[in-house]
Amino acid sequence: MLLGRVIGQVVPCIVTPGLEGVPMLLVQPLDKKLEPKGKVVVAADSTRMAGPGELVSYEGGREAALALDPWFVPVDHAIIAIVDGVNVEPSK
Amino acid sequence: MILGRVIGEIHGTIKHRWYESHRMLVVEKTAPDGKPTGDYVIAVDAVGAGADERVIVNDEGNGARQIFESSDAPVRSVVVGIIDDVF
Repeated sequence: MLLGRVIGQVVPCIVTPGLEGVPMLLVQPLDKKLEPKGKVVVAADSTRMAGPGELVSYEGGREAALALDPWFVPVDHAIIAIVDGVNVEPSK
Repeated sequence: MILGRVIGEIHGTIKHRWYESHRMLVVEKTAPDGKPTGDYVIAVDAVGAGADERVIVNDEGNGARQIFESSDAPVRSVVVGIIDDVF
């Protein structure tokens, strides 16, 4: 998993069966100092509660789809948690 | 599997139900000599690792689900070992 910042929302009009109603959010990947790093991805939101500006952690790869219900859906990034706090030593 | 060092953890109230009983550690990836590569990964703890410990992270989903004896856990990166020494 990696940390990301929700920077927007995607509203698809047609989705593959199984993904109806699943929120699709724009996520900017972050490094360990919470600075933006890498390209923005579209992630399905398994919490269904994340919104723009929030710090989240997301899973990539096939395991992302397992966070959803139904799970046999074509998804490669999914938001797993809304992060309240990151405890990392400042020097690291 | 990859080498890393636990540099902290993250917590959140709203998360996937599987994560309610698992710790999420921030693991900085390291070279064999212990120098950080700059990358990091958030891994689930399977061995009781704590801050500043050198660890092995299994970054693959099938093995991860096997460790937690689950067929549907949305987990890929797992801390599977604590390292005493690399030589």
